[in-house]
Order: sequence, then C-alpha cells, then structure tokens
Amino acid sequence: MKSLLKYLGKYKKESVLGPLFKLLEASFELLIPIVVARIVDVGIKSRDMNYILKMGGLMVLLGLIGLACSVTAQYFAAKAAVGFATGLRHDLFKHIQKLSYTEMDKVGTSTLITRMTSDVNQVQSGVNLVLRLFLRSPFIVFGAMIMAFTINVKAALVFVVAIPALSVVVFGVMIASIPMYRKVQARLDKVMQSARENLTGVRVIRAFNKEEDEKRKFEDANQLLVKQQVFVGKISALMNPLTYIIINGAIIALIWTGAWQVEGGIITQGEVMALVNYMSQILVELVKLANLIINITKSLACAKRIAGVFEIESSIQEHEKAVSKGGHDTEAYIEFDHVSFAYSGSREDALTDINLKVKKGQTIGIIGGTGSGKSTLVNLIPRFYDITSGSLKIDGTEVSDYQLEALRKKVGVVPQKAVLFKGTIEENLCWGKKDATEEEMITALQASQALEFVREKKDGLQTVITQGGQNLSGGQRQRLTIARALIRRPEILILDDSASALDYATDAKLRSAIAHLDENMTVFIVSQRAASIWHSDQIVVLDDGEVAGIGTHEQLLHSCSVYQEIYYSQFPKEGGAQ
Amino acid sequence: MKKKTGSMQVIKKVLKYLKKYWFLEVCSLLFAAASVVLTLYLPILIGQAVDMIIEPGSVYFESIIKLLGKMGIVIVATALLQWLMNTCNNKITYNVVRDIRRRAFEHIERLSLKYLDGHPSGDILSRIVADVDQFSDGLLMGFTQFFTGVMTIFGTLIFMVRINVKITLVVVLITPLSLFVAAFISKRTYDMFKLQSETRGEMTSHIDEMIGNQKVVQAFGYEREAQETFDEINGRLEKCSLRAIFFSSLTNPTTRFVNSVVYAGVGITGALSAMNGGISIGQLTSFLSYANQYTKPFNEISGVITELQNALSCAARVFELIEEEPQIPDAKDAKVLSEADGHVAIAHVDFSYRPDVSLIEDLNLDVKPGQRIAIVGPTGCGKSTVINLLMRFYDVDSGSISVDGTDIRQMTRKSLRENYGMVLQETWLRAGTIRDNIMFVKPDATEEEMIQAAKDAHAHSFIRRLPDGYDTVIGEDGGNLSQGQKQLLCIARVMLCLPPMLILDEATSSIDTRTEIKIQKAFAKMMEGRTSFIVAHRLSTIKEADRILVMRDGKIIEQGSHEELLEMKGFYSELYNSQFAVQ
Repeated sequence: MKSLLKYLGKYKKESVLGPLFKLLEASFELLIPIVVARIVDVGIKSRDMNYILKMGGLMVLLGLIGLACSVTAQYFAAKAAVGFATGLRHDLFKHIQKLSYTEMDKVGTSTLITRMTSDVNQVQSGVNLVLRLFLRSPFIVFGAMIMAFTINVKAALVFVVAIPALSVVVFGVMIASIPMYRKVQARLDKVMQSARENLTGVRVIRAFNKEEDEKRKFEDANQLLVKQQVFVGKISALMNPLTYIIINGAIIALIWTGAWQVEGGIITQGEVMALVNYMSQILVELVKLANLIINITKSLACAKRIAGVFEIESSIQEHEKAVSKGGHDTEAYIEFDHVSFAYSGSREDALTDINLKVKKGQTIGIIGGTGSGKSTLVNLIPRFYDITSGSLKIDGTEVSDYQLEALRKKVGVVPQKAVLFKGTIEENLCWGKKDATEEEMITALQASQALEFVREKKDGLQTVITQGGQNLSGGQRQRLTIARALIRRPEILILDDSASALDYATDAKLRSAIAHLDENMTVFIVSQRAASIWHSDQIVVLDDGEVAGIGTHEQLLHSCSVYQEIYYSQFPKEGGAQ
Repeated sequence: MKKKTGSMQVIKKVLKYLKKYWFLEVCSLLFAAASVVLTLYLPILIGQAVDMIIEPGSVYFESIIKLLGKMGIVIVATALLQWLMNTCNNKITYNVVRDIRRRAFEHIERLSLKYLDGHPSGDILSRIVADVDQFSDGLLMGFTQFFTGVMTIFGTLIFMVRINVKITLVVVLITPLSLFVAAFISKRTYDMFKLQSETRGEMTSHIDEMIGNQKVVQAFGYEREAQETFDEINGRLEKCSLRAIFFSSLTNPTTRFVNSVVYAGVGITGALSAMNGGISIGQLTSFLSYANQYTKPFNEISGVITELQNALSCAARVFELIEEEPQIPDAKDAKVLSEADGHVAIAHVDFSYRPDVSLIEDLNLDVKPGQRIAIVGPTGCGKSTVINLLMRFYDVDSGSISVDGTDIRQMTRKSLRENYGMVLQETWLRAGTIRDNIMFVKPDATEEEMIQAAKDAHAHSFIRRLPDGYDTVIGEDGGNLSQGQKQLLCIARVMLCLPPMLILDEATSSIDTRTEIKIQKAFAKMMEGRTSFIVAHRLSTIKEADRILVMRDGKIIEQGSHEELLEMKGFYSELYNSQFAVQ
C-alpha cells in the first residue's frame, strides 16, 4: 500500500505546505480566547474603550490571517490530492490493460471498474482530508491544553483528565459501531438480494405460486435489518450525550479550580473564561477527528484494494528475445503438439493432449457440445491464454516466442459476443486497421454480408453506434465484428461461434465470401451447427476437452460417433439433407 | 406551484406512515424541546458562576457551589434527554422505513407483469433499496436536527434578548452574512461540480467500454489508443476536479471567518456595555458562547433541508411504485381448479402489449387433454405471448381462454398456475444450494424424489461432479454454472412436481444438441398424458408434437402435424428447409 504514496511524491511541496498553513491557521484560532481574556481583564476592568476596540480589531485581523492561511492550505491540499488521483488513474488503467485473459477472468471486469472509479475517488478525497485536517485537529486539542498550561498548571490538569476521557468515548463508540455498520450493510444486501430475486424470477415465482413464501422471506430479512439498525443506532446515540457530560463536567471542574486560583490571586476572571473557551474548542475538534478517521479508514480500504490490483501480474509476458516473425517453410503452418490447457484455479484440464496440423490457407471447423473446449482451443492461438503443456507453433515458432503485438497482428478474432464500441461504423472498422481506406472497408463489409444494411442506413459508414451497439440487431452486430476482423487481412481468421445470430442462408454466403477473399488466409470456424463447418478442410470434433476425431465430413461421419450424434441430431436421417 | 402541491402530497403520505408511531413522536418532540432549553440554560449558569469569581477576596464559594450543583443536574438531564430523543428517533425512522419497504415489496408481488416487464428491474430495485435508504437518512436527520435546530435558533434569540437587546442585534445582523457566503459559494461551484461529474461519467463509460471488452481491445492491439483517450479525459478531469474541490472547500474557512467577525462584534459591544455596567462579565461569557453556537444550527438546517428535499423525492419514487395499479384481483366467487383434465380452449383472443401495436388478433385453438402442441415462428411473432396468456401473466384484451370449460379469469390464479409446470428460456435460480433450488417447488420432497428428478433432467451427473454435490452453493442467478447447466436445473425443478399441464418455452435453447436428445426422451416421458405447450426455434425438437402451430405476426398461419405441414409447402416447410441451406 505504501507503493501508492509515490504518486504524492510529485507534489511534495504541496503536501508539506498544505498542512503547514493549516497549522498556522489553527495557531491563530488558539489565540482568540487569550484576546477575550485580555478584553475582560484589562479593557473592562480599566474602562479602556480604545483597548477594547484595538483588541476587537485584533480578533478580526486574526480571523483574516486565518482565512488567508486556510485558503492557501485548501489550494495546496486540493492540488496534491487531485494530482495524486490523476497519476494513480493513469498507471492503473495502463496496468489493467496489460492483464491477460486469465487475470481478467479471475478478477472480473466490474470489480476493476469500481477500483478505477469510485475507489480512486474515495482515496482522492481521503488524501485531501488528511492533508487538510489530520494535523489540525490534534494540534488544536493539544494546543488548547498547552495554552491552558500557560495560564495555570492546576487548572490545566483538568484538561489532562478530560482529553483522554473524551478520546475514549469518541473513539470507543466509533470503534464499536463501525463493524456493526458493516453488519447493517450486509443485512441491507440481503434485503436487496431478496428483492432482486423476486424481480428477475417473477414468472417462476408466480408460476409456482410462491408469492406468500417470498413475502415472508423478505419480511424476515427486513426485520433483521431493522433490528440491527436500531441496535447500532442506540450505541451511536451514546456519543453526543456522553461527550456532553464529560465536557461540561470538565467545565464545572474548571470553574471550581479557577475560583480557588482567583481567590489565591494566581489567575484572573478573564483567564477563567479563556479556560472555559478552550474546553469548548476541544469537543468540536475531537468530533471532527472521529469523522475524519472514519473517512480515512474507508479510504485506506479503497487504497488497499487499488494496491491489490497493482499486485496482479499479467501471466502472459513477452520474453526479452521475442521475435516479430516466425521461421518459415515448415510443413504445417500451425501446429498443436500434445497441447494441454487448464484454466488457472481449475483442477481439471479444459483441453487434453490436442494434436493438430494446419496448412496455410486451410479452413478448420471445430465442433462439439457446450463446454467441450471449442473456444478455449482457438483462444490459445493468439496467446490469450498460455498453454499448460505441449507446444503450439505458428510458422515454426512457438507462440510464446513471438512479440505479442506481432502475433496478434497476424490473427483476426471475431469473438462470441459481438462487441462494438461507441462511435461510427467507420471508426469501429478502423479498430481492425487504423488507416483503412473506404475501398477496404467496403470489401470487408461485402464479405461479411454487412454492406447491404450499412448502405440502407441514412448515414452509411458514418452511422453512429451507441455504446454496446444497442441500435443494431444481434445479426448486424455480428456481421460488423466480422468485417472488423476481415479488414486487417489477417493471416489467421478465427470465427468463434460468431454467426449464431445469422440465418442459415446468410451464414452460407458469408462462409463462401470469406473463402474467396484470400486463399492464403487460414480460417478457424467454431460452431454448434454442423452445417456451418461441414465443408471445412479439416473438422476437429471436441468432446469434454479431448479430440474425438479429426478429418473431413465424410471421414468423420463414417468413423466418429460423437460427430454422428451431433450431425444426426441436427439432420435426422429421414430429413434427407444433401 | 405544481411541484409544491406534489411535495405536499408526498409529505401527507409520509405522515400517514408516521401516524402509527405518534406516541414516540410526541415523546421525541418533548425531549427535543426540553434538551434545547436546558442546553441554552447552561451558558447562563456558567456566566453566573463566572460572575461569582471576580478577584481575590470577592470569590463567592457558597453561591458557586450552588450553581455548580445546578449545572451538574442540568448537564446530566440534558444528556439523558438527548439520548432518549435519539433513541426515539431511531425507532421511529427504522420502523417507518421497514413498513414502507414491506408495503413496497408486497405490492411488487401484486403488480401485473405488464408493469414489471415494462420497467427495468434495476429501477424498481433501486426504489425499494437505495431510495428507501436515502429516505431513512433524511427522515432521521430531519427528526434529530431539524426540530432541535429551529428550536435552538429561537431559543438562543429569546435568551439573548432577555440579557441584552443591543448585542443581540449585532449577532442577528451579522450572522446572515455567513449564510450568504455559503449560498454564494455553492451557487458558483454548482457548475464546476456538474462539469466534474460529467467528466467522471465520460471517464467511467470509457473505462467501462475498454476494460469491459478488454479481450477485444487486446485482440486488436488497441491498448495504446485506449490509453491516449483515457489520458486526455484524465487530464480534463484533473483540471475540473481541482477547481471544484478547491472552490467548494472555501465554504468552511469563509463561514468561519464570518463567525469570528460575529464573535469580535459581540466581544466589542459586549465589553463596551459591560464597561458601562450594562451587563456583567458573566453575561458577556454567556453571550460569547451563544454567538459561537448561533450560526451552527443555520448551517445545519440548510444541510438538512437539502437532505429532506432529497428524501422527499426519494419517497415520491417509492410511493409511485406503491401506488401503481396492481393486477386485477381474483374474482370473489373465483373457482378453484383442481387436477385439470387439460382441455384448453382459446377463443377469439385479441391481445397486444401496447395499444398502438396490435399483436395477437382473433386467435383460436382447441387443445384436447393430453395433446402436445408446439408453437413455432420467427422472433417476435407472439409465441411467448401465448404462454403469457395461458398462465394468465397477462389478461386477454378480448375473447377468452378456458381450461376444463371454465374461463381462466373465473378461477383463482393460484389454482390455475398450480396446474401448469413451466420451464422457461430465462433460467432463474436463486442464491442457495442446488438442493434448495430443485426443491423450490416442493420443499417437502424426499431426497430420493429430488435425486430422481435430477436424474430425469440429466442434471445428476454434472451435479455430482460439483465440489459439494447437491450442497454446492450457487451464487445469485446461478452464478458459476453454465447456461446449459442452469437450464438443466430448471428442468429438474419441474420434473419434481409434474402438474397436469406443461409449458416448455425454449426450454433447451442453451443445451447442446447431444444433451438435448437425451432430455427430449425425458420430456417425452414427462409429457405422456399431459397437455403440453412447447415453444422452440430448433425445429428438430418439435417434430414429435401432435400439432404444430406456425405463428407469424400474432396469427396462426398454418397448423397440423410435421408431415402435413411439410406437404403444404408453406411457411413451415420453408423454415424447415432453410436449416439445410448449404453453400
């Protein structure tokens, strides 16, 4: 967590000057009771109107200087805190972008997004508060006590007793209630969960007539929440009355000792007033300090979470001697040699002992049931995941020996989920190739069977896609993502079940167009539909992470029982396809 | 004006919920008033004590002891009253909030699906969770700080006037300055905060897009561009955040400065009149401490008022939900449908979700007991709508649907739905164990029955492989299970209870074809002798049906058995053959 402090390093001057000016302001505030005492003891007693006015003016002047100091302090604190957050965000974003699929799967994107946004904001305001107030409050508390000592040692002893007592109450109540508030939050989450389940499952609940049970369940959660809330409320309601008693008890003690000291001629009436005033100042600051500590605890928790993100190392690293080009003239362009792969944290292999040789320009179909490892297999090619054992070569060079950028330039991936980005269609296509010409775009759109609907749009290529592509249909999105991959003319094209929303006829046209686009392009098609892959040069049938058969459609139909099963489930024998 | 009456109405409704706790509220107010008076009395006592300590020789210990004793009593009484008031307020607030939440939740169970389908669940959820929570904060603050704040202001005024009018005037005239300053700053900073939150929003959506789709970003090597855009937004955010934070943080020092001016003003005028014997030194002490406190409730109240406004608008959103028209309740003389034969008749039914877009028109269908009906057609043709009508999730606009000869509007919803077993495309599971989820419909099922149901649904083998078998806890909405596994669990759930009629709405859409074949067998067994409705887009799954309805644009355009329909060479055969389109 200390590692985050380096972002403050650039703002050393601000981080020191901010608190310093704040202390200066606090010092002026501590002078006020003394001035009042002077007014009483000197001004009123000697009936010196000039003196009173002078002292009044001094008070205003002290206030003004305090204001100036405080404003300066706020500026430095804000500057340091905001600069801190900006630097932190920059590095955090950079770091997250480097994480590989493995880490993304493990951590989950939504957590990362909260870290980057609300956690960083919380830390920023924590830093700001610390710079502004963390020194000030203790300074005033102890400053008031020291001022009391300068007035009268005996009376000051009241402070020595009162301050620890107050601290015990303020911090005690706080420490006792924080974990309970956490419990309240947990119970509120339960209420939330119960409500959410009822909204998402409303059809099921009504179909099974479970409304009454659900009401009871919700009421239980609701009741538990209220109980906890009232309980916590009772404890935190103790804070104000208890501190009130201590402070005013201390004032009673002050007046009593003060009276004896005045009687003994050691202090004056005005000084008794000053002592009372100092006591009142302490309470305000202690409460501020308690709130501040709550905030700091929150910020620290956030900072810890952020530091946690920085600690995640990407499992996919480019080694120093990585190459940008493969060796050449191997017989197989892509070669899986006894490749096994297990997702991190999983006991079982997702892929076991895969052997596959692919020649340049071939089309490979991959088929199998849900969870059989189809997507996993193609994700290994652009090194989204590292293989666990065996070897995977492209152009005779291990995938892990390539520079990542060079490797991924070779590959065009169309993922299962058709993701488009905010911006125009043209901008989205340019993801594939930054300087794509309009001609290239049109060729790509044509091949992906998207040209027609893009042309139909009023703004054509300039049509704006909303975030997530909500203004397009699923099929349209899929075709655009295919175009985006095609436009870079990759050596290897991977279609990961990316035509599922297309009807059979469009799917067929798409496949034929891709085949004619570039005969050197090696294409992987992952699909659940036998019709989508049966014309491939090789079909890989996967079953539970293992190869159940490799061959052409005819060969497999003849020899591979898994393939037969899949095929006939979609094309029953009497259906008479072909 | 309209807005004002609106918030008046909301207040009235809140008062209705508050009524139940009137006793606590009266107590709370009394405690508040008493504690305010005592709090204000204390500075007077302190002042009087200071007056007894003048100089050596004129310190009156006897009076001081009396005063200190009085002070002690006042202090303890104040503390006690404060605590009682806080406890009352806590009780009132949290109970009212619980009542509102309960009401809201009960109402959700009564709302029509039309409403629930038409409103994003996140929105409804935030009403009963976040809005209610915000409301409770506001209510609590209102109770604890609003009344005491107002009372403190008036109380202080009265106490001050009683001591000295002139000095009171000084306080009353200068304090508004601090309010002006605060208002001035917050008005100026409003735009800066708006800009800040807009920029933050922009940044979040960029992060959301890039980190959310990092796989694509990496696949296309777009990291550098993403970082550049990010840095550009980040730089703008830095600038506008700095301004917003700095300018808003001026409020505190400036109001503090105004307060010190007030303090100095009281000090000077007080000292001058003390010099002339107008007030005693002790009274000056009381005055100074009043001057210190006087601005505090003003600042607090302005905070509370924003909080209260916020709370009211939250309450309004909750009430909006609570007052939403519920579904038509069951008729008083509604019949109870016991063990149905499964004769379902749909006669001249019209239905549409939105009045301006007609969907189902003049739908007619007669299903004999035990028949298997399949419904096919392109997306949006009204397949699932028919299911919605059969289960009476929605009521028909005209025409009628009857089961065993009784219009379903004449029977209780409960008994109608008890006669249907349903598997939907959207798999809904709740947080809990696998066992809880399968037994959801029949909590008293035996272990054997449950395992048998899982076996029938072909879910047993994958459940066994989970770390804790049937006791494996799954997260909300199935969490870590695959879509296909979730669907298998939903099927097992229905296998366990098996009512006389079945509805399968795209029940196997996420299951791979091999497993589906196995499940089909189980389904076939399950459907034996039961009237069943099957909606599917995979045509291979429905060929066995007794009758296939082909729907298009809300109408049945063809019906018959698979073979009959193929012979017709109509829409169905076109649809069927398009599956086999090849290069």
